[in-house]
Amino acid sequence: MKPAPFRYAAPGSVDEALGLLGEDAKVLAGGQSLVPIMNFRLARPELLVDVNGLAELAYLRRTGGVLRIGALTRHATLERSALVARHWPLLRQAVRHVGHPQIRSRGTVGGSVAHADPAAELPVALAALDARFQVRSAARGVRTLTADALFVAHLTTALEPDELLVEIEVPPLPGGAGTAFAEHARTHGDFALAGCAVVVAPGHAAVALLGAGPVPLRAGEAERALVAGATARQAADLAAAHVAPGHRRALMGALVRDALREAGAP
Amino acid sequence: MTTVAVHVEVNGVPYAREVEPRTLLSDFLRHECGLTGTHVGCEHGVCGACTVQLDGEPVRACLLFAVQAHGRSVRTVEGMAQPDGTLHPLQQAFHETHALQCGFCTAGLLMSLEPWLRDRAGGEPVGEREVREALAGNLCRCTGYEAIVEAVLRVVR
Repeated sequence: MKPAPFRYAAPGSVDEALGLLGEDAKVLAGGQSLVPIMNFRLARPELLVDVNGLAELAYLRRTGGVLRIGALTRHATLERSALVARHWPLLRQAVRHVGHPQIRSRGTVGGSVAHADPAAELPVALAALDARFQVRSAARGVRTLTADALFVAHLTTALEPDELLVEIEVPPLPGGAGTAFAEHARTHGDFALAGCAVVVAPGHAAVALLGAGPVPLRAGEAERALVAGATARQAADLAAAHVAPGHRRALMGALVRDALREAGAP
Repeated sequence: MTTVAVHVEVNGVPYAREVEPRTLLSDFLRHECGLTGTHVGCEHGVCGACTVQLDGEPVRACLLFAVQAHGRSVRTVEGMAQPDGTLHPLQQAFHETHALQCGFCTAGLLMSLEPWLRDRAGGEPVGEREVREALAGNLCRCTGYEAIVEAVLRVVR
């Protein structure tokens, strides 16, 4: 299939892009999710605002211990970053599960977040890392959202039609933290049925689930149990209780248990 | 019908065309440039048949609008062999190991694997597992992949 006709704009600055956004417009970043649904004509935006020329949104910076990811940063850039591998290994562990190399060379971190596919890896990893999401609009300026506030439902975020996700801030990991990402898909690169991103450190635990609902889910009981000394298996059982009984619950339990052990939980 | 100007270099040859913004790069290459070596399979980014290189990086040509390649450099399977017809080592290995039957997926596989081999040259040793992962984004319904893996390992060695 071919996309329906649309008007195309390639703004030269973020301000210019913000001036174009609105009800009938859609942001084109990496296009690895948007273009397929346009090819199927499930999406028929009237105006496509191509942000790929906005070099000011493509960066990875560490300032004051905080990682700042420009929304236009490609998956491949995140995957190859020595800075990310050293200080936020969870992001590297997660991004390797995103599609295939051909997808990762175009796909963007901001695009993954704004598309909010429940099977996407990066939103889950970013939720586990307590990331904050900076969005901008011409009318209301900048606001910063947590993962909880941003991810609303299946393919739905709190972003207004005139807003653009511009930056993702990731706080430093606690000292001595171990991290892991695990998922299961029927075939490599396909949408995952279940998965998790975990952080384990003295006095701190984060367990974010993929496939336990329409948005990334933090398994609070499992996290509190880990801090109180629970084993990987005990915490995994608590996390898996968020999934309906049967195959998926068993799968989630096994994935969380293995990920927690890889991250250093007893 | 509004059109946009697309100036793109394909395999070192400049092309200047006026196309609709919705023209996919895969269709641009085939219909505007006459380069039909790039095959179109699923048109939603799953099969990998249309993989080409954009500034050296493997990309799905069906998930890119031609206008997005404006001012950039594209490489397709037509750019692999020498002008005298001498095959690229990867093409030669595909030929020798019978790594294709119908050939529909072959251009995409070559376009995906060439940069992968380039990025690994002189690095960690590559085994069957790594090769299978590298070609996981390209579907082949004829060969069962065995001969493709053999071809890649032949180039690595």
